[in-house]
Amino acid sequence: MALLTIQNLSLGYDSRAIVKNLNFSVNTGDYLCIVGENGSGKTTHMKTLLHLQEPVSGQILIGDGLKKNEIGYLPQQTIVQKDFPASVREIVLSGCQGRCGLRPFYSKEEKHLAEENMERMGIKELRNRCYRELSGGQQQRVLLARALCATRKVLLLDEPVSGLDPKVTAEMYALINDLNHEGITVIMISHDIAAAVRYASHILHIGNAVFYGTRNEYLESDAGKFFLMQQKGGEA
Amino acid sequence: MFDKLGMYLQFPFVRYALIVGVLIAICSSLLGVTLVLKRFSFIGDGLSHVAFGAMAIAAVLNLTNEMLLVLPITVISAVLLLRTGQNARIKSDAAIAMISVGALAFGYLIMNLFSTSSNLSGDVCSTLFGSTSILTLNQKEVWLCVGLSIAVVVIFILFYNKIFAVTFDENFSKATGTNANGYNLLIAIIIAVIIVLAMNLVGSLLISALVIFPALSAMRLFRNFKSVTICSAVLSVICAFSGIIISILAGTPVGSTIVAVDVIAFAVCYVAGIISGGVRK
Repeated sequence: MALLTIQNLSLGYDSRAIVKNLNFSVNTGDYLCIVGENGSGKTTHMKTLLHLQEPVSGQILIGDGLKKNEIGYLPQQTIVQKDFPASVREIVLSGCQGRCGLRPFYSKEEKHLAEENMERMGIKELRNRCYRELSGGQQQRVLLARALCATRKVLLLDEPVSGLDPKVTAEMYALINDLNHEGITVIMISHDIAAAVRYASHILHIGNAVFYGTRNEYLESDAGKFFLMQQKGGEA
Repeated sequence: MFDKLGMYLQFPFVRYALIVGVLIAICSSLLGVTLVLKRFSFIGDGLSHVAFGAMAIAAVLNLTNEMLLVLPITVISAVLLLRTGQNARIKSDAAIAMISVGALAFGYLIMNLFSTSSNLSGDVCSTLFGSTSILTLNQKEVWLCVGLSIAVVVIFILFYNKIFAVTFDENFSKATGTNANGYNLLIAIIIAVIIVLAMNLVGSLLISALVIFPALSAMRLFRNFKSVTICSAVLSVICAFSGIIISILAGTPVGSTIVAVDVIAFAVCYVAGIISGGVRK
């Protein structure tokens, strides 16, 4: 059975559907990119997958014995976080919270895991710095390290590269790609269609036309051709 | 001056006031950091007015133990307020304002209509500003306060990491399998308990100050959550203690003296924050 199976899913706010009748499934090891215009419901879709909000109709079936505390999530930054007095280490460690259950304090292994993930993201020397004083790229790495502490199987990323410069963006994509090769299933929202078709194994396009398929199928499809052309036109 | 202080300290009610004052200062400052960061600075104000309204009802009903009515009503209001905050963030400040003003008006109305005492404005004034109640505590109330404070501190320490995670990023916590709603409920209940406790000290109007000032002062000085929390607890205790001593020596109202000290402490921290920040850059 697939990791996630989406059946006839409609999503939106206050029982008004923005996206209707989605059907697709995500298998272990997939790299799924969700693309689409602004306001087409990408973030809503991700929140629905995470059960942060109820679907208008339809079902999300979870397979392969996936538990809630095996999911990592990189959300868009919130206003609250912009002036939050917290050190990098505190934030990364809080990613282990899902593993704790009712246990009040972090175990040695969890602290070790947090150190490892900070090392991996190259933010170890920032561990005692205050989060709000970091640059956008550094903040994003901190949140990704936190998501890595939480994940064992799936990583959901909501525009991980928004506001980052091209060099940091490339590094970020490389990091995510490495994680995918290590066997973590990646579901990512992106504006950056060029990166999406470069890295993803599957693409879900939502908007006026809904498309789901592998990367190559997308490149052949009408929705894909149109969207790619538009983006190229926009950049030129 | 010390002779005078020594003389006052021989009275049990002065010692009670100091003990209760310091305990409430610790409790209120611990959660203050979370509340300020969650953009709920005004919840202390709103809930204290609810507690005021409940107290008015209790007074009219001639209940011997007001706590039995005041505590549940305040807890329910806290839960409701923090719940609206999650679904629609814009509405949370309006909801607080609504409940706060409404409860205050109804409380005063009820007191006016069914008043049993001849000195109505005096009653209202002491409930709102807590002018004398901290000096009229009896031993039983002190023990109750000690017990509840210990419970609050223990719960806070045990759930510290969870409170941090939920405060920093509620959606992430929920998505990764932490029971964020449960912890929000816990926070709401603790806040309500603290506010009902603190009404004895500073009265309902000044509770907000006790909750937010130490947290804001500490945030000027420190840049990680643990230091901010510890610093705000320490600051709050120092301010409450010196506030009570000053009010005894100078004969000023207890609640407003403590808040005045808190304001001065904030100003000092603000300046210190600018200076140390300037050095660091």
